[in-house]
Amino acid sequence: MRTDVSKINERSSHTGLTEGLMVFAGGTAEQFPTGEWRTMTPVIDWVKCKQCLLCAPVCPDSSIPVEDGKRGEFDLDHCKGCGICVKSCPFDAIVMKEGR
Amino acid sequence: MSIRDRMSGNEAVSYAIRQVNPDVFPAFPITPSTEIPQMVSAYISNGEMDTEFIPVESEHSSMSATIGAAAAGARAMTATSSAGLALMWEELLLAASNRMPCVLALVNRTLSGPININCDHSDGMGARDTGWIQIYAENNQEAYDNYLQAFPIAEDERVHLPVMICQDGFITSHAVENIELLDDAVVRDFVGEYHPEEYLLNPGKPIAVGPYAVSNYGMEARKNQAIAMERSAEVILGVAKRFEKISGRSYGFFEEYRTGDADVVMVIMGSAAGTAKAACDMLRGRGRKAGVLKLRVFRPFPGREIAEALSHCRAVAILDRTESYNANGGPLGCEIMAAMYKKKLRVEATNYIYGLAGRDFTVEDAAAVFEEQFDCIENGKELEQYRYIGLR
Repeated sequence: MRTDVSKINERSSHTGLTEGLMVFAGGTAEQFPTGEWRTMTPVIDWVKCKQCLLCAPVCPDSSIPVEDGKRGEFDLDHCKGCGICVKSCPFDAIVMKEGR
Repeated sequence: MSIRDRMSGNEAVSYAIRQVNPDVFPAFPITPSTEIPQMVSAYISNGEMDTEFIPVESEHSSMSATIGAAAAGARAMTATSSAGLALMWEELLLAASNRMPCVLALVNRTLSGPININCDHSDGMGARDTGWIQIYAENNQEAYDNYLQAFPIAEDERVHLPVMICQDGFITSHAVENIELLDDAVVRDFVGEYHPEEYLLNPGKPIAVGPYAVSNYGMEARKNQAIAMERSAEVILGVAKRFEKISGRSYGFFEEYRTGDADVVMVIMGSAAGTAKAACDMLRGRGRKAGVLKLRVFRPFPGREIAEALSHCRAVAILDRTESYNANGGPLGCEIMAAMYKKKLRVEATNYIYGLAGRDFTVEDAAAVFEEQFDCIENGKELEQYRYIGLR
């Protein structure tokens, strides 16, 4: 009964959907680009950023990837533009700009 | 070997719950169903079953906890009446749309107002379009038997829908009658162990229950739910066949009492069916060919089968124990007449409302309905199509 989410889309017939629309798989949110809801976009100034990593754990959408102890560029496919990272940054390295 | 005993409807359902021994039973007390969680708690305290009983703070919570337990992979149930069912409204729809095979023991009581604790079907009928399978009992024996069949119906992979087992408040729930019980081992073998294929507390196999769906998916999800309800009909009959083998008692969508050659058939549901049968016998004694169709399965609605069963009589009296406030008739009246129309059946049909808020419905009342119907077919008496019995 495992679900291959990539096979379900907005043109699927009712026979192709799961019972109760349950998703029999984990971590499938990654496959759905929800960043298009965004009206404000965070921009990082790499000169000001000290890689303190205070921003990564507070991101509600896990859109600040961390690799080898360093944060990378925002995952804009999933960032909703909430601006929590801006508030968490002690070095004013992140600013919000209008639009996507 | 069956066990002969005497029990109230609430005792009978509690006894059945002990035998099924579900995993989780969240409940909040409300008259007249309070005895069910109370008696089950006693069974648990006495070590006769090991169900996890959750005393919650409201019926909104009891149904939520039942759904949560079912999603987690447990066999879960609750019990309620009247305003309790009303408070579960949102969750009833969630249980069905999330395809949770849980069970609700409903003891039918009227809904306010005026505030009143007695029987009618306004609670169950109010929930008739929530996507639950609904099975109604005439007496304690049927309440017991229906409960035992509930989980096998709900858990069938063709169904995966919640099941509501209904009995009339006080009339059935508190009146003590003879009953034949089954052995614990026979019941456990019949109901079986519950092994869901997918569930939340299943390490390594994550699932998401009740995800948000945009417009492009909602309609298809509902179609699938409707298909499951349609498919449940054959499962209900299959489970009844299996149940007959262990109990000797046979069940279908409805019971036909002396309808074979009947000119007038009374369609009725719940405890008043016994009253209708007594009146039917009285009419037969007067040489009148009367019959009774007692509806057991209200959801899925066996419209085709009912229309077929009514196709040989000359007049039908359809009795509703609730007021729909739709200015058009009760739920049974409306749905059965629609089913008759689909079958192009031209039979006189009258919809009566009876027994609201626990008003007595006597054998004489039922006999008077039959007599009036005979007056209609024999003397052409014009009948109002939608009327109250015993209204002052």
